[in-house]
Amino acid sequence: MNALQEFCENLWAAPRRILDTALRSGAPKTDRTRSTFVFGNVFLHLHAVRTHRWSLRWTTTLGLGIASAAATLIAVVSGVLLMFYYKPYPEAAYQSIKDIHFVVPTGRFIRNIHRWSANVMVVTVIAHMARAFYTASYRKPREFNWLIGMGLLVTTLGLSFTGYLLPWDQLAYWAITIGANIAQSPREVTDALGATDYFDPGGLQKLLLLGSDTVGAEALIRFYLFHVMLLPMVLAALMSVHFWRIRKDGGLSRPADADERLGPSKDVYPVFTDTPAKTYQLAAIVRGRTPAVGKGPENTVPSMPHLFYAELAVTMLTLFVCLALAIAFDAPLKELANPNIPENPAKAPWYFLGLQELVAFTAFMGGIGIPAIVLIGLGLIPYLDREKAGSGEWFGGPGGWPLVQRSLAIGLASALIVESLVIRYGWIREWFPSTPQLVVTLINPGTLLTAIYAAYSLWLVQRYQSSRAGALGLFTCFLCGFVVLTVIGTYFRGPNWVFYWSPSDWPKH
Amino acid sequence: MNSETKHSRLEPELMPRRDVLGMASLWAAGSAFMFALFGIARLPKAAVLASPSKKFRVTLPETLPASGAFVPPGRNVSISRDSEGVHAVSLVCTHLGCIVNTSSDGFECPCHGSRFDRNGAVTRGPAPQPLPWLKVTGSGNEVVVDEGATVPSGTKV
Repeated sequence: MNALQEFCENLWAAPRRILDTALRSGAPKTDRTRSTFVFGNVFLHLHAVRTHRWSLRWTTTLGLGIASAAATLIAVVSGVLLMFYYKPYPEAAYQSIKDIHFVVPTGRFIRNIHRWSANVMVVTVIAHMARAFYTASYRKPREFNWLIGMGLLVTTLGLSFTGYLLPWDQLAYWAITIGANIAQSPREVTDALGATDYFDPGGLQKLLLLGSDTVGAEALIRFYLFHVMLLPMVLAALMSVHFWRIRKDGGLSRPADADERLGPSKDVYPVFTDTPAKTYQLAAIVRGRTPAVGKGPENTVPSMPHLFYAELAVTMLTLFVCLALAIAFDAPLKELANPNIPENPAKAPWYFLGLQELVAFTAFMGGIGIPAIVLIGLGLIPYLDREKAGSGEWFGGPGGWPLVQRSLAIGLASALIVESLVIRYGWIREWFPSTPQLVVTLINPGTLLTAIYAAYSLWLVQRYQSSRAGALGLFTCFLCGFVVLTVIGTYFRGPNWVFYWSPSDWPKH
Repeated sequence: MNSETKHSRLEPELMPRRDVLGMASLWAAGSAFMFALFGIARLPKAAVLASPSKKFRVTLPETLPASGAFVPPGRNVSISRDSEGVHAVSLVCTHLGCIVNTSSDGFECPCHGSRFDRNGAVTRGPAPQPLPWLKVTGSGNEVVVDEGATVPSGTKV
């Protein structure tokens, strides 16, 4: 064989060899190559090599975590595409969104996808959090991953909020004005204490957010920076840790008797023919339950293809939902921002309307105080509930589903009663107009509702002698409060934030 | 000395003598990064605010009614004139910065329903402060209003 012949053969074989070297260990056809396919790949190795069968039941997770990750991916791709044409400068921004909508090929579709994937992301992140809570998946050793998840929730909401300003239309301008003034609202307290001249965290927050004292070009470029650079970087970092910790914390949570409940399967066989005396050298320095020493990963199946195909299916479904919504509903664009005439009513995106309902009672407690209390409360749940019973079970724990049903009733009823009393009879300032501001700030329908929920939860702890029961009640109540306030803010608030049964009752301009 | 046999590479001595220099350089590096952080934190707080001039000159219309308010185009200020003189009330809601509308008995905010009387005092809703009165200079129909300077309620020129 001469050199020229060999050259031709190598040329012919080059594509196959490129693929071989990319995969490092060949096609994933045997148990061994399926393992190396996962741990030999920098992206895939965030997953474990083998997945427990319990994790693959669709009722375990409902696929919500992967759906939110998929929505994130869709939002990133569509967002990067929008950056080809978007110009972050007042008026130019508005015109460029109009260009994207009316002129750019597929621009309108891509913008709709971006908006809907952001909405899907918010919904799935909240639903995923509820799933993790109701299956008690935050428990040891997964406490810290619950905190990372909360960071992801806050980052997701931050991305939505910063994206809201970018079109520079009326909706955007007034939502950001309100948002920036919520950042300034600690002044409500410092003013009442007469301390604003020496200590003004509110003013500083607004200044840092807007880069000026009004919403203008500086604010737009800052929100753009947050939206396309800083928050996505935070999101990517937190997501990587979140996924990695699932693997390091021993996969998804499952009931102690998961193996018996699953029963035998022809897909499962002992991974090690002999029980290994010594699994990994690393076992000397890794503490805790990973890697398992002395027994094989029983009742597991290779992640490639079982887990990855399931993830791909959920991703396709998410993509389908985003595309269908994007085809059916256009992303809104109002008139060019006008700093002299607010929208009436000026409404934030739907997932912030519960907050807007709260800030209509008091800016500081509604916009900063109560959200901070809720976040701290949620973050403490894994560190206060140290019980073991019911982990990995839907509504596991004392009382279970009946307790959640009762909490749903109490949470909905108390939110509806407080809201309807306020709508019908007003609040302190309407009865005693000279009430000091500090009293209005501290005692208002929002704080009252928070106190009712907290008291109910403590009562549950005492009644069931279980902190899990208290957590179940509290989380359910807060979900109820969120839903009630959001629905009222979305459908029943009209001009001047007055209650109307239907938009057809709104006064004509 | 059997103390040397107690420690292994996996469970070393708590702080070997020779590591002091190493720790010192670690702390030095740490404080250098902290110092850099001050610089990073200082940058986003602007020293000069890029906002348009807050002072403006306005000619009041002759036919301004005794109790009526005049809102110069493009400005969020309500100017009134009565027998005691001219005064200007800011139209920026003290709650969350929306622009209030003038109503028959004062001002009302479209965003969260705060109401104010004719002098800017809060009558209902979430607003924590009354609408500020702004500094007015000049006389007759030619006045200069400074949106950046407030005066006590009731000051008329």
